[in-house]
Amino acid sequence: MNVIDKKAQASGEKRSRYSAGVLEYRQMGYWDPDYQPKDTDILAVFRVTPQEGVDPVEAAAAVAGESSTATWTVVWTDRLTACDKYRAKCYRIDPVPNTPGSWFAYIAYDLDLFEPGSIANLAASIIGNVFGFKPLKALRLEDMRLPVGYVKTFQGPATGIVVERERLDKFGRPLLGATVKPKLGLSGRNYGRVVYEALKGGLDSTKDDENINSQPFMHWRDRYLYCMEAVAKAEAATGEVKGTYLNVTAATMEDMYERAEFAKDLGSVIIMIDLVIGYTAIQSMAKWARKNDMILHLHRAGHSTYTRQKSHGVSFRVITKWMRLAGVDHIHAGTVVGKLEGDPNMTRGYYDLCREDFNPMRLEHGLFFDQHWASLNKVMPVASGGIHAGQMHQLLDMLGEDCVLQFGGGTIGHPAGIAAGATANRVALEAMIFARNAGRDIMREGEDILEAAAKKCLPLRQALETWKDVTFDYASTDTPDFLPTATAAE
Amino acid sequence: MRNTQGCFSFLPDLSDDEIRTQVQYCIEKGWAVNIEFTEDAHPRNTFWEMWGLPMFDIKDAAAVMLELDSCRKVHADDYIRVSGFDSTHGWESLRISFIVNRPKKEPRFRLQRTEGAGRTVRYSLETEPAD
Repeated sequence: MNVIDKKAQASGEKRSRYSAGVLEYRQMGYWDPDYQPKDTDILAVFRVTPQEGVDPVEAAAAVAGESSTATWTVVWTDRLTACDKYRAKCYRIDPVPNTPGSWFAYIAYDLDLFEPGSIANLAASIIGNVFGFKPLKALRLEDMRLPVGYVKTFQGPATGIVVERERLDKFGRPLLGATVKPKLGLSGRNYGRVVYEALKGGLDSTKDDENINSQPFMHWRDRYLYCMEAVAKAEAATGEVKGTYLNVTAATMEDMYERAEFAKDLGSVIIMIDLVIGYTAIQSMAKWARKNDMILHLHRAGHSTYTRQKSHGVSFRVITKWMRLAGVDHIHAGTVVGKLEGDPNMTRGYYDLCREDFNPMRLEHGLFFDQHWASLNKVMPVASGGIHAGQMHQLLDMLGEDCVLQFGGGTIGHPAGIAAGATANRVALEAMIFARNAGRDIMREGEDILEAAAKKCLPLRQALETWKDVTFDYASTDTPDFLPTATAAE
Repeated sequence: MRNTQGCFSFLPDLSDDEIRTQVQYCIEKGWAVNIEFTEDAHPRNTFWEMWGLPMFDIKDAAAVMLELDSCRKVHADDYIRVSGFDSTHGWESLRISFIVNRPKKEPRFRLQRTEGAGRTVRYSLETEPAD
């Protein structure tokens, strides 16, 4: 409070809104508990943890202010604008269940605050300066409601689940993949060998890892050439469409376009990018992919630096929504049972965001708002990291059939070789799909179904024997707030 | 070679009873069931010949099995596939597709390479006659 303000308060006189000086954010119009959000507003919910002694309403109003029009002091130039409209309005705060000192703050933003079709612009406002604001100890963007008018300004996934399936001629089961291992060090020729064995053995695709770009041990052209030889040979050997996700991630857009064009010239059906290339680069590659009939795979490299801890950062469900708008066809969305973070309920929320045309609010899945997607293409979620054939019934039950199951170690680490590993996974998957469709309860009978299939398939028998005891049973850090107890990964 | 297109090519060939369970699954989901055949299961051969129209209003898998029998009589040495089509908005495509009949000797695919500059290769597949 400045001197003028203090005097005004002391004399009981109401200070004018636009007197020079500092005014609480809540008094500047950023807190409005009576505000009724419009259908066209962008809504955000933040987890706000104010510093000691900071009033939660003021903290929430500050978030609204700092992520829209406010600065630290009153500026007369507000009056040159329709400033009431441009101010974001915090209209509701709720205490976070079982977490003293934190609040969920709901904030409405007028659509005119945002540039159409730009994730970079959206991010610059919503997660811009505000995350460093001193009166807050921590801040997390939990969820957003994107109005249909805004959704329609985005291209959305270049290909979408349905057209991807049509192009690949694969229906009725999850797609099967593997990330080539070891992650680093293979030469192009050796790398292509892994791809060929895995595809010939029964996988639909293989995949570069996030950090396979163009290194001294294998430059990108060499990898692409050997990989596409492997893909073509595997197609001839099986009669199936096959693919390998060629990572085009590079230092500049020019480099990425060059690599993507080369992948296209060699006949690849799919390319991949990493999340670390940034929102603008992702949108550019999505446009390129749409224009060139290319499926676009996104590896979420780096996301855990800001999605994993509940107190501060951006929830992965927000990233999922942004990526569906930005236009990727695949996104890694967790396995639940594998080696990487993923609470079952939260993961369910991410999968639904990828695949449904309408997501109803479901707090237990971390979905704070209804979300309409207005027929935007669907994103194929990818489950990758520490999964194997013995978990097939659990994976199918939890993740459904419109997803990609990536068995990297679970293919390449098979004792009888890569092709055998691929066959084991494919047989396990087909047997489980068949049994489910035939009316069997796969969660109860899953292991029996796998055992029966393994009797007729040596590679599956070996896979089940090798990995039977492997589980990653650790508590998740990012869990729902609206269940009495956190659900552990099983 | 064994062509591994479709949902169940890595399982032993399905018996009629097994096919019926999958057809029944399609019917219960409200999908139309199609029977198609071809002698050329090239991976880019999308449009196999239709054995009649898709069966939209079938209530019982037996009707599909009868049609499959008649198709098999005429096309015993061709590929035949059964698929389920879902007309729900936002999908409007196949939900499942699997091979139910194969030629006694399946044709192979020959990989054609056309070499270009910079070690590039253009690939194409040619279906080889079975003999």
